Amino acid sequence: MNLFTPLSWSDSGFILTGILNTVYISVVAIIVGSLLGLLVGFVRAESNKSINMLLGAFLDVLRSVPLIIQLILFTTFIGAMGYPLNPFAAGSIILSLYTMAFMSEVFRSGFDSVPTSTIKAARSLGLNYLQTVRYIRIPIGMRAVFPSWLGVALSVIKDSALVSVIGYMELLRTAEQLISRTQQPIMILIGVGLFYFMISYPLSRYGKYVERKMEI
Amino acid sequence: MIEIKGVHKSFGDLEVLKGIDLNVNRGEVVSIIGASGSGKSTLLYCINAIEKINSGNIIVDGIDVHDKKTDINKLRQNLGMVFQQWNSFPHLTVLENAALAPQIVKGFSKEKAQEIATKELIHVGLGDKLHEYPTRMSGGQQQRLAIARALAMEPPYMLFDEVTSALDPELVGEVLDTLRLLRDDGMTMICVTHEIAFAKEVSDKVAFFHEGLIEEIGTPQQVLDNPQRERTQQFLSKVL
Ligand SMILES: Nc1ncnc2c1ncn2[C@@H]1O[C@H](COP(=O)(O)OP(=O)(O)OP(=O)(O)O)[C@@H](O)[C@H]1O
Ligand SMILES: [Mg+2]
Repeated sequence: MNLFTPLSWSDSGFILTGILNTVYISVVAIIVGSLLGLLVGFVRAESNKSINMLLGAFLDVLRSVPLIIQLILFTTFIGAMGYPLNPFAAGSIILSLYTMAFMSEVFRSGFDSVPTSTIKAARSLGLNYLQTVRYIRIPIGMRAVFPSWLGVALSVIKDSALVSVIGYMELLRTAEQLISRTQQPIMILIGVGLFYFMISYPLSRYGKYVERKMEI
Repeated sequence: MIEIKGVHKSFGDLEVLKGIDLNVNRGEVVSIIGASGSGKSTLLYCINAIEKINSGNIIVDGIDVHDKKTDINKLRQNLGMVFQQWNSFPHLTVLENAALAPQIVKGFSKEKAQEIATKELIHVGLGDKLHEYPTRMSGGQQQRLAIARALAMEPPYMLFDEVTSALDPELVGEVLDTLRLLRDDGMTMICVTHEIAFAKEVSDKVAFFHEGLIEEIGTPQQVLDNPQRERTQQFLSKVL
């Protein structure tokens, strides 16, 4: 009996699950990271220097320590504390925080881009603080940074491959298992690369298109 | 009626308003002129509490603007303000710009808010631009939008801060025409302006500001044609 079996159609369900798991954890991280990032970005745009320094230092750590180290450190740490999490939960938490660290900068610059004179005009119409945030500052600020937001979101999809190191069965880990069974690494990895490319490329083109349109 | 009594205002060490007294009756048009930095804009900002004051009182229809108990967002509904920069909301259409505050501040239905907004936009001559985005319009059109947006709150008072000075010269006329229209409607207005001829034409009273004080106040004939104070004379000889 042959130890290795080639790739076949019966593997497609397994591969599809890997793809869906990649999409799943990416979408979770992008949504949670964006919402937290919006909040943190707003707090940073509104706060005084000392709060900003504190928050900024925390965010710098999240952005500077390689994601793969954060993933391993976090799972090891909570395991040692006696609260092990499944790979999806642990991966989502770390990937979301990592995403938040980048999104908060994006959103902060969005909030900063709204002219104070526009805010004053809104206040002079009788809008209160929260109404001004909700109807003026968020929509204007968010529009301005949409291309950067998309850029971060795309890199999160790519970075999600790293969650494979803690055992989450996303596309890359699925591929690794198929490789060890089929011994067809080149074909499989080209396929995986192609998948990331097919998602990233059109979206990044779209981001460029929006950016160009906004310049006019 | 707007009553301004002994208003002092400082930014840090810099005293910008040094005791301003001014009354504006319903239906009156008061123009404020004066050199750059004399505190004209600051006074307008104090009237609708965008800036705080250090002492004195500003009373609008019996309500003390700077009293802590005053609901400032409610009071601002009575004080429309238009700035040098038109500050259009770029993410909203012309109609949405003007309908936003009636809807979310006054709580009108979307239909009612848009109806009022449409009426005011037609009034300022933007009836054919309702669904345009403001960034595609000229400065003069955007400034008229800013006026309509303020009018849509149906305020009894309008405050104008040099609303033509950021405009290209050929666009000034259409905005001044809009202000004339409001005067003919009987709107109570305070206009900070560099357009002396316009001030002379539309105002019931003209106040000349000098270094945080009202140096001279009176009818346009008194202040602009026969100024009594030397500083007023100097200022007018420079700008005319
Ligand atoms: N937010 C602020 N912080 C500090 N100083 C300010 C602020 N706003 C205005 N000032 C100062 O207050 C003084 C009066 O300003 P203000 O804008 O009221 O003058 P103005 O009469 O409207 O002048 P202009 O004709 O140039 O518009 C100026 O010296 C200005 O630098
Ligand atoms: Mg000014």
